[in-house]
Amino acid sequence: MAEVLVVVDHVDGAVRKPTLELLTIARRLGEPSAVFLGTGVENATAVLAEYGAARVYVVDAPEIDQYLVTPKVDALTQIAQASSPAAILVTSSAEGKEVAARTAVRLGSGLLTDANDVDASGVATQSVFAASYIINAKVTHGSPIITVKPNAAAPEAAPAAGTVENVTVAYSDLSSQPKITGVQPREKSGRPELTEAAIVVSGGRGVGGAEGFGVIEALADALGAAVGASRAATDAGWYPHAFQVGQTGKTVSPQLYVANGISGAIQHRAGMQTSKTIVAVNKDSEAPIFELADYGVVGDLFKVVPQLTDEVAKRKA
Amino acid sequence: MKIVVLVKHVPDAAADRGFAADLTTDRAAVDCRLSELDEYAVEQALVLVEKQGEGEITYLTMGPESAGEALRKALSMGGDAGVHVVDDALHGSDAVATSLVLAAALKKLEWDLVITGMASTDGTMGVVPAMLAERLGVPGLTMAGKLDVEGTSVTIRRDSDDASTTITGSLPALVAVTDQTGEARYPSFKGIMAAKKKPVTTFTLADLGVDAAQVGLAGAWTAVETATKRPPRQAGTVITDEGDGGVKLAEFLATGKFI
Repeated sequence: MAEVLVVVDHVDGAVRKPTLELLTIARRLGEPSAVFLGTGVENATAVLAEYGAARVYVVDAPEIDQYLVTPKVDALTQIAQASSPAAILVTSSAEGKEVAARTAVRLGSGLLTDANDVDASGVATQSVFAASYIINAKVTHGSPIITVKPNAAAPEAAPAAGTVENVTVAYSDLSSQPKITGVQPREKSGRPELTEAAIVVSGGRGVGGAEGFGVIEALADALGAAVGASRAATDAGWYPHAFQVGQTGKTVSPQLYVANGISGAIQHRAGMQTSKTIVAVNKDSEAPIFELADYGVVGDLFKVVPQLTDEVAKRKA
Repeated sequence: MKIVVLVKHVPDAAADRGFAADLTTDRAAVDCRLSELDEYAVEQALVLVEKQGEGEITYLTMGPESAGEALRKALSMGGDAGVHVVDDALHGSDAVATSLVLAAALKKLEWDLVITGMASTDGTMGVVPAMLAERLGVPGLTMAGKLDVEGTSVTIRRDSDDASTTITGSLPALVAVTDQTGEARYPSFKGIMAAKKKPVTTFTLADLGVDAAQVGLAGAWTAVETATKRPPRQAGTVITDEGDGGVKLAEFLATGKFI
């Protein structure tokens, strides 16, 4: 069976959930081989094997972490050239897309990004034009490279061998490559990742200020949800930009999206309208968000949301 | 310092966009404009030249005749000249082909720094900047929320989920900026008048030495098979809070097994 390469998204070997989704999708296309770049593979092999990786290609070299994407591109290109895969699947993160883009140029492969799904024939489903259209697209040249959005599939275990193969990579000249000269880690919230969360609770202009996000966070914590924000809220500095949902921020597709004080401008809808269930609280009954909502409450979010939070806590107790 | 800013003429993101019969972006049915995300790139180029007190800004676009409007819009904000790659064979080019053509055009121009937006508002892939850095063999500093140039050194700040990272490279380089770099200026009346007199050069594929078979719909390495308008979401229940809105919402969530 043809190999399908899955680039592993991990932090020191802790494999992130979207990679397990990619392994699940990869099995439709052939036999998954994980491509593990960086340190910590000893923490990763068991879970990669459990979710169907027959092989785990490992490149553990200092170059991988010292530079931005180029060494990863060198590694992925060389592994792909040696294995002629039926497809290469990468998580649709900023870094994932950059690795995919450069690898496509090097390999002479067509590239599709931000797939919501990929079927057994390699046809990818994508949401375009602010999610107003659904398209099916295919790569017609080279080993198809497809970046897939988180939540595209439910990870399913399918134990395989997970045989580790260490790969030595010949790196391109890295001397002129940009270097990371400073890192300021963000405070950990303990909440789920925005793009991976099953429930997202968001706040917008109606939240009124940074302190107003307290009620949003309280509801998120009661529901075990991630917190998101509209562009109006992040541009105003009420909540960090990394949590922006919308065209210039994150696209989310959770089981439940709770929009609070968000009018529902096209720029925001682009990032959330593929959510399974949408709930909205807004004091303006004319807000376009109500056109999308499965359930809407016209009212003051500072009354409705805390009451909802209490009720959720009561019902969960 | 010589800067080239990449600009794209796109269907207005606020309009009801759709597909033409050949499943390429329909440019005829809606108004087109300079991609909003490119305005931030224009702004950063103008700010750099203002800070350094010298510099030359050229805008580069690829697209049909009408794409010249994106150059004029950028030129009305400031800068010196435009370059337009226009050729019937380009219609339907995918990201890989687009990067091939733009890289060929950039090789014809003199520059220390190329600035792009993070993505176009129509295709939204955001991969052309990385592809260009790859093809040009220069440092690619993408997802820049802040940009500084000091001598021959270029520094960006990238804000990701888990960290704020500072990245430094050396010129010549390519930087892709986000909307976090700062609000773009509006063109002044004087700027709009001045833009009409600024030179715009056109290149065909032959001028760039790019084989027409490598671009366009026929040369694309990806193909759109179907495009379907998403059915509008079914209108749900909207209630007005009468003091128990939160409780009712909780009931709805419990019905959906979210609680």
